[in-house]
Amino acid sequence: MGPVVATEFTPWLSLLGGVLIGLSAVMVMGMFGKIAGIAGITKGLTSAVPGLATTGDRSWRLSFLLGLVVAPLAVLLATGSFPQQTVPTSLAGMALAGLLVGFGTAFGSGCTSGHGVCGLARLSPRSAAAVAVFVAAAVLTTTIVRHVL
Amino acid sequence: MRNIIGFAAGLIFGLGLIVSGMANPAKVLNFLDILGPWDPSLAFVMGGASVTAFIGYRLVWRRGTPVMGTQFDLPASGTIDAPLLTGAAIFGVGWGLGGFCPGPAWASLAIGSTGILVFLPAMLIGIVLADFGKSSPLFAKKGA
Repeated sequence: MGPVVATEFTPWLSLLGGVLIGLSAVMVMGMFGKIAGIAGITKGLTSAVPGLATTGDRSWRLSFLLGLVVAPLAVLLATGSFPQQTVPTSLAGMALAGLLVGFGTAFGSGCTSGHGVCGLARLSPRSAAAVAVFVAAAVLTTTIVRHVL
Repeated sequence: MRNIIGFAAGLIFGLGLIVSGMANPAKVLNFLDILGPWDPSLAFVMGGASVTAFIGYRLVWRRGTPVMGTQFDLPASGTIDAPLLTGAAIFGVGWGLGGFCPGPAWASLAIGSTGILVFLPAMLIGIVLADFGKSSPLFAKKGA
């Protein structure tokens, strides 16, 4: 999928970023009474496709996604450069990855935020099971791609 | 007002993803690659986010109702069923392949790498396919 780049262990920044994510989830629960699951929020967008059930509360979901999209632009404005990232270069691989992530999160009713952050915070055994399965599947996939293939 | 709060929450979520390193697929893949250049940072993201949400949820639930809604809309199902586990496994394979889950995908769109420009539309197609799949008789539940 592309070259392996070593990354620096950043416990404090990661913890700080995690707290921000948690605060956003609390905002969504406190204001709208909803789970801040990005897969679920994204479904609010795709529900525009004819034949699919529409989820209510379309407006705040679209605004939330817009906020997500604007975040790196805010970083650009504040620091003068985009946040650093290294994205896998295989386009066929990224197309397959996107399909699987979209299909899997919609079929399994949640992603890293919905089942991960929000589900674990609710102490939901259903979400804990989903997290265990998707982390195990992801570890296995990365290991096979990097060390076996 | 709902739009402003929604936008602010999305922006804070996105900044959290970027500050934490979760919006960098290299960092995600290195977290998943326990035999390679392992980077445990993501455990701190999940830890910080879940503990903050755990405490914050209990504080806002004391109000009884959300500020801009009539009730807290929590998932009713507690069943660990086949669609949940199948979906989670499929999602995990995609996550381990590309290093993107849905949140970081949105928060990386504006950076405009070729990878994300391919990943994000594919993800939307995947969601639509799953929705059609779920309502198709192929996956209909048989018996009790």
